Amino acid sequence: MFNASLKQLSIQLAEKKISSTELTTEFLQRIKQFNPEYNAFITVNEEISLAQAKVADKMLATGQAGPLTGIPIAQKDIFCARGWLTTCGSKMLSNFVSPYDAGVIERFNQAGAINIGKTNMDEFAMGSSNETSYFGMVKNPWDIAAVPGGSSGGAACAVAARLAPAATGTDTGGSIRQPAALCGISGIKPTYGLVSRYGMIAFASSLDQGGPMAKSAEDLALLLNVMIGFDPRDSTSLQHDAEDCAQDLQKPLAGLRIGLPKEYFAEGMSQDVASAIEKALVEYRKLGAQTIEVSLPNAPLSIPVYYVLAPAEASSNLSRFDGVRYGYRAPAYSDLADMYRKTRTQGFGAEVKRRILIGTYVLSHGYYDAYYIKAQKLRRLIAQDFTEAYKRCDIIMGPTTPTVAFNLGEKSGDPIQMYLSDIYTSAANLTGMPAMSIPIGFGDKNRPIGLHIMGNYFKEAQMLNIAHQYQLVTDWHLKSPV
Amino acid sequence: MQWEIVIGLEVHAQLSTQSKIFSGASTAYGSPPNTQACVIDLALPGVLPVLNKGAVERAIKFGLSVGAKINSPSIFARKNYFYPDLPKGYQISQFELPVVQGGNIQIQADGEEKNIRLTRAHLEEDAGKSLHEDFHGMSGIDLNRAGTPLLEIVSEPDMRSSAEAVVYAKTLHALVRWIGICDGNMQEGSFRCDANVSVRPYGTEKLGTRCEIKNLNSFRFLEKAIDYEARRQIEILEDGGIIRQETRLYDASKDETRTMRTKEDANDYRYFPDPDLLPLEISANWIDQVQSVLPELPQARRDRYMSEFALSAYDASVLTSSRETADYFESTIKQLPAQVKLCANWIMGEINGQLNKEGLEITACPVTPSQLAALLERISDDTISGKAAKAVFESMWNGELEKNVDAIIAAKGLKQISDDSAIEKLVDQVLAANEQQVADYRNGKEKAFNSLVGQIMKATQGKANPAQVNTILKKKLEG
Repeated sequence: MFNASLKQLSIQLAEKKISSTELTTEFLQRIKQFNPEYNAFITVNEEISLAQAKVADKMLATGQAGPLTGIPIAQKDIFCARGWLTTCGSKMLSNFVSPYDAGVIERFNQAGAINIGKTNMDEFAMGSSNETSYFGMVKNPWDIAAVPGGSSGGAACAVAARLAPAATGTDTGGSIRQPAALCGISGIKPTYGLVSRYGMIAFASSLDQGGPMAKSAEDLALLLNVMIGFDPRDSTSLQHDAEDCAQDLQKPLAGLRIGLPKEYFAEGMSQDVASAIEKALVEYRKLGAQTIEVSLPNAPLSIPVYYVLAPAEASSNLSRFDGVRYGYRAPAYSDLADMYRKTRTQGFGAEVKRRILIGTYVLSHGYYDAYYIKAQKLRRLIAQDFTEAYKRCDIIMGPTTPTVAFNLGEKSGDPIQMYLSDIYTSAANLTGMPAMSIPIGFGDKNRPIGLHIMGNYFKEAQMLNIAHQYQLVTDWHLKSPV
Repeated sequence: MQWEIVIGLEVHAQLSTQSKIFSGASTAYGSPPNTQACVIDLALPGVLPVLNKGAVERAIKFGLSVGAKINSPSIFARKNYFYPDLPKGYQISQFELPVVQGGNIQIQADGEEKNIRLTRAHLEEDAGKSLHEDFHGMSGIDLNRAGTPLLEIVSEPDMRSSAEAVVYAKTLHALVRWIGICDGNMQEGSFRCDANVSVRPYGTEKLGTRCEIKNLNSFRFLEKAIDYEARRQIEILEDGGIIRQETRLYDASKDETRTMRTKEDANDYRYFPDPDLLPLEISANWIDQVQSVLPELPQARRDRYMSEFALSAYDASVLTSSRETADYFESTIKQLPAQVKLCANWIMGEINGQLNKEGLEITACPVTPSQLAALLERISDDTISGKAAKAVFESMWNGELEKNVDAIIAAKGLKQISDDSAIEKLVDQVLAANEQQVADYRNGKEKAFNSLVGQIMKATQGKANPAQVNTILKKKLEG
């Protein structure tokens, strides 16, 4: 049962072949068994999950069920969920039980999905290896010496290790796509504004976007249909006409124009990744697509631009964690300034502090124009590059990451090397355009490789179609480490 | 040396919305601590601000009423600093592009009209309150006020005395209440002033170094704080010193200002556009809509009262001191259009006097405009004298006889004697009883006439129509 796709489980639930309680119990059992090794979950609450399963079974029995009713979903611990410990991977929130539900959690609850647990993540979503979590590193189920990627490392691990049929993630610079690639699963970051950010703990508000992680594109479509929707509590939420993300899954790809940015096929990509990408492109040509070279001249600036803007917003977003109203407070201090200093010194990890310092610096008087304003201008140029490219092609493809998963500890002492893990992914956050990763094979040390599929605004249904057609003729997405 | 004082004001007007600027929590004043702070006001992880359209509408109203430019888009920015009553660690305000740009306010200073230029007005959220007593060495935080909408109205340094600054502040105070965007309650902090004060030698152009005096919550404190601060700066300069740019606090109990923070230890607020809020677009359509419901402004009404009713500038100013007063006046004269000046005098005199005495707003005046008009009508048709009218007014104020003017006149027997023959009879009686004064008058002692009038009025308990008494008496004495 645990190897079944979400779609298959949904059918079995609807046909009463299994109950949600059985399904939930099975995954809770697997989590109990394997989580000590993988550390994919920070919090599991069998009582709440099983209570939700009971409600879902009633919905299923009375014909009020939707496609996700009764399906266990692993929720990234960045989403506030009422009555759940919501830590964001930080000591700062290690005691924070949310009194309210995030917009995304609400939508899953309304759909009758089961919250199977809160997944581990890099602290405040800052990291590409899940090594910055206060709750310990997560292992890559393909190779426990390897990182799972980050920041949604727990989510990717949970899906790959079959501890949950699907998971939510958030993506600020690649945090859904990079761990999906490194763990051999599928994940999509939708167009900015489609998924509510209400109750999703902010890292960099203008870049953060929630999205699903699952085994296949078909499953992602079902999940996106629940996650997408206007939320008046999020001023950046878009009132976009609802469309069925699964509507185009079966469309043939004949005539599809795939753009290959020359900047992404230059130096930096490892040989194993390059040959896997080439093989995937061969499949696409067989499916009737043509590939053309495009240019994104400013895309190589994505990392520096990202590492000005994201820390700038983060430095301000994380100011609320001051020990005054909730969360961690230093046990001993002499006065107010000392309480702030000690609380934040003790409550935040090194990477979070590094980014707060960078962000504070680039927003400071005298540096703001040189860094923040300049980065905003470049951000617009990067978006223009993509808009230009989409005049010549329908979709852009490339590697999700330059290499397969690196070893735990390999880059944790070198932030620049770590930041370069997001070299291909962060542009989509800067432009707000949708992007996804699907598994296309294995490379060095038999670790998974992901194909990065990037689309223009609101092209989620088309991207899922492109991914699904590939998954119909290949079986990489069915491979499991367990 | 002769010194010129230069003053600019920053006024924080609390906007009269039901809910907060970025959350749905209530803005009502005086609730138990933290009962009006929702998850957004508490800045829980993950919450987001949503702009209250009512606050924007009030800002537009203000902008239109001072002839300012309404910026579209305007940008919300984060002002970053740590303080326990600032839950997010930043205040959402506006920095580079405020919603209201420019504008002018006319004030009456020393009987002359003076124009005060506005720099800008921007929307922002208020902070909460830190409570330093009653917590045994710890501080308490009340976040009820956190997120209350404010319009910060910044003037150019166009005022030259504390008196001018007070007139400007009062004019602004009247305006925000007039257009209904702020209740103006200074005790509750709905209208707070910061004053930027500098001095320079008379006749020079260059502005002196300024000090900002924070949180002046009464007009009297505003005046005293500016006076103190200007004296302090002049003394330093005359002793050969230099002024340090700093923020100062006014201590009313000692009547002095003292250093709060200097420029050196000022925060770097690291303003940047708030990524949680989109640029605020205000359509021409929205501006037109607000314009169409904007009431006639005090300045326009004042001018109209002078041109249409020939009222003096002073009378027109008093009657337009608040929209409610002006509305009261207009309701009254609507029923007594021939007696505008009489109505004006009564409102400025009796009505305002009584209201002040009892600490009432004109909206709570026990005598309605139509009741006042009914009373004044009895003066104008000679039924009662002005003096008797005051007695009737007092009865009406106290709610006697259902405030019915004629019933009160009858009950008190205040009806004027206007019957010629009755008055003649009275005059004859008084003349007969006062031969000496009659003789005096005829010998050229004009004063004797007034004495005789007094006797007649006394005999009628003031009810005789004084004009008729004068005519008849004169005729008798000279006839």
